[in-house]
Amino acid sequence: MENHVKKHPGYSTYIFVWLALLAFTSITVTVAGIDLGNYTMLVALGIAAIKSVLVINIFMHIKYEEKIFKVFLLLSLFTLLSIFILTLFDIIYR
Amino acid sequence: MANGKDTVAENFYNQSTNKHTGILSWLLTVDHKRIGLMYLYAILTFFVVGVIIGLLMRLELIAPGRQLMDAQTYNALFTLHGVIMIFLFIIPGLPAIFGNFFLPIQLGARDVAFPRLNLLSFYVYLAGAFLALLSLFLPGGPIDTGWTFYIPYSVRSTTNVSLAIFAAFVLGFSSILTGINFVTTVHRLRAPGMTFFKMPLFIWATYATAWIQIIATPVIGITILLVMVERAFGVGIFDPALGGDPILFQHMFWIYSHPAVYIMILPAMGVVSEIIPTFVRRTIFGYKAIAISSLAIAFVGYLVWAHHMFTSGMSDTARWIFSLLTFIVALPSGVKVFNWVATMYKGSIDPKPPFLWVMNFIFLFSIGGLTGLVLGSLATDIHLHDTYFVVAHFHYVMFGGTGTIFFAALHYWFPKMFGKMYNDRLARIAVVLFFVGFNLLYFPKFILGYMGMPRRYYDYLPQFEPLQFVSTVGSWILAGTIFFIIGYLIHALLKGKKATSNPWGGVTLEWHIPSPPPLENFKEIPTVTHEPYDFSQLKEMKDE
Repeated sequence: MENHVKKHPGYSTYIFVWLALLAFTSITVTVAGIDLGNYTMLVALGIAAIKSVLVINIFMHIKYEEKIFKVFLLLSLFTLLSIFILTLFDIIYR
Repeated sequence: MANGKDTVAENFYNQSTNKHTGILSWLLTVDHKRIGLMYLYAILTFFVVGVIIGLLMRLELIAPGRQLMDAQTYNALFTLHGVIMIFLFIIPGLPAIFGNFFLPIQLGARDVAFPRLNLLSFYVYLAGAFLALLSLFLPGGPIDTGWTFYIPYSVRSTTNVSLAIFAAFVLGFSSILTGINFVTTVHRLRAPGMTFFKMPLFIWATYATAWIQIIATPVIGITILLVMVERAFGVGIFDPALGGDPILFQHMFWIYSHPAVYIMILPAMGVVSEIIPTFVRRTIFGYKAIAISSLAIAFVGYLVWAHHMFTSGMSDTARWIFSLLTFIVALPSGVKVFNWVATMYKGSIDPKPPFLWVMNFIFLFSIGGLTGLVLGSLATDIHLHDTYFVVAHFHYVMFGGTGTIFFAALHYWFPKMFGKMYNDRLARIAVVLFFVGFNLLYFPKFILGYMGMPRRYYDYLPQFEPLQFVSTVGSWILAGTIFFIIGYLIHALLKGKKATSNPWGGVTLEWHIPSPPPLENFKEIPTVTHEPYDFSQLKEMKDE
C-alpha cells in the first residue's frame, strides 16, 4: 500500500495529460469535418482509445495499482473487443 | 422457550448497527442480513404484483375476443409484467436477497466489503421501482412497448416510455453497486484458509454473476440514455425515419440483456450446487468443473446476444456465427447438470422440500434449456421467432429455472434466516402443486407457438382456444400455489417450531453459526481447513 502512494505522479503530469486530452478532442472535432469514408469510425475509435488509455492509466491510477486490477481491466477490455468484432460481422456483411 | 437463555440469545434481529430502535434501525442498517431481508420483502411484493398481472393476462386470453380489458390495457399489462418480473424480481432476486445474506457468511466474513454502499444499492433499487410505478400514473399512460423497448415504436409511442426506461437505468445502478460489492468481498474478505477453490459453489456463481453485473449493465444504461435523447431531441440514432439504425438498438439492448439472462440463472445454479450435496450427504462431483463452468457461462454469455435477432434483418454471416456460438453455451450448462446428477449417484438421498424443489428445477430447466437449442438453431428459429414457443421457452428457463430456485433457496435457508421451521408436509404438497400448475400453464404454449400463435397478441384464432383455456387453468393452480407457499411461510414465521443451527446437516459456514445468526456473524473469524462439501466435518460440528 505505501509504495503505491509514493509512485503517484505530480501535478505536472496531470496537466500534461489534460492538455493532451484537449488536443485529441480538437483532433476528433476537426476530423469529423473531413470525409474519410469507411475509415471515419476507425479513426474516431482510435483517438477515443488513446484518450481512454491516458485517463485510465494516469487519472484513474491504474498504472500504479496492483496487478490484479490490470488483469480485471484487460479482461473487461477483451470482452468489449469481442463485442465490437461480433457486431462488425453484422455491420460489414449486411 | 422455557429456558430463559434462549430468549435473550443475541441475533441480528435484536442487535442494531445504529443508535435507533424499531423501524429506523432497519431502514438505516448496514448489516448485510437485514439488507438482504429488506430486499426479500420488497422483491416478494413486486413478484406478487407481477403474478397478479400475469393472472389478469391469462384471464383475458381464456377465450377469443374481448373478455375484461381492451387491447391497449393488455399491451400495457404484458409490458408491465415483463418489466416487473425481469428488472424488479428476477435480476435482483437471488443475488440481492440470498447473495447479500449468505455470501459474507459462507466466506467467513463479518459483512460485505462496503456495507454502506450495500444499503445505498437497496435505496437505488427502491428509487427505480418508484419511478417505474410513477410512470404508470402520469399523463401519457403506462408504457406499452413490451419489456424490450424495441425501436422505432418506443421512440414513437406516446406513453411514458422515457420515465419507464429511466427506471430501468436507475435499477441498473443498483445492480452494478451490488456487483462491485460482491467482487470486492470475495477478493478481500475470505476467511483464513478459504482459498478460491475452497469457496462454496454459490459464491463462485455469485462471483461470476457480479462480474456480468459490472461489465454488462453499463451497456443498457447507455442504450437507455440514447433512446431518451432520441425521444426528447429527435436525434437520429436508432429510428430509421431520422436516419438511425434500428438493428443497432437491438444489438445494444441484447448485449446487456442476454448476459442478464445469466445474471438471473447463474446464482440459481449456485444454489443448486449447495442444496444437492447437503441432501445427498456427499461431496459435490466435479467441484472445479462446476466452479469454472460458472465463469465460462459468464464469458460465453457475452458472445451470443444476437440469437435474439435472427429475423431482424442483420447480415447472414452474423446469423450463422451467432447460431454457432449459442450452441457453445450448452457445454458449460451441460457440465453442471451432469455433475449434479453424478453427485446424487450412490448418495444417501434425503428428499426434504429444498431437495424436491431442486428436482423440480432440473426437470423444468432441462426442458427450457433444450428448447433453447431449438430456438438457437437458425432455421427453426425463423419459424418459431416471436411465437408462444419463445414465451414457453423463457418461462421454463427463467421461472422454471430461477423462479423455482428462488423457492428452493427460500426453503433451504428459511430456518437460518428466520430461526423457524416451516411445515414439511405442506411444503411437499406445494412442490407437487407447483409442478402441475407450471406445466399446465406453460407447456401448451410450446404447442401453440409451434402452431403459429404469435406472442403479445390480444386476440387469437378459434383453433387455439382449447390450449389457451388449459393454460389459463394452469395459471390459477400456479398462482394459488404461490399464495399457499407465502401463507405457510408466514404461518411458520409466527408459529413455527424453533430451528436448530443446522437443521439439514449442511457443512458450509452458515451452518456452523446459530439460527438466526448474530450481528457480524462470527464470534471469531473461522479458519477454514476443510473442502467446502466435506461431510466428515458433520461429526466435529455436532461436538462443537
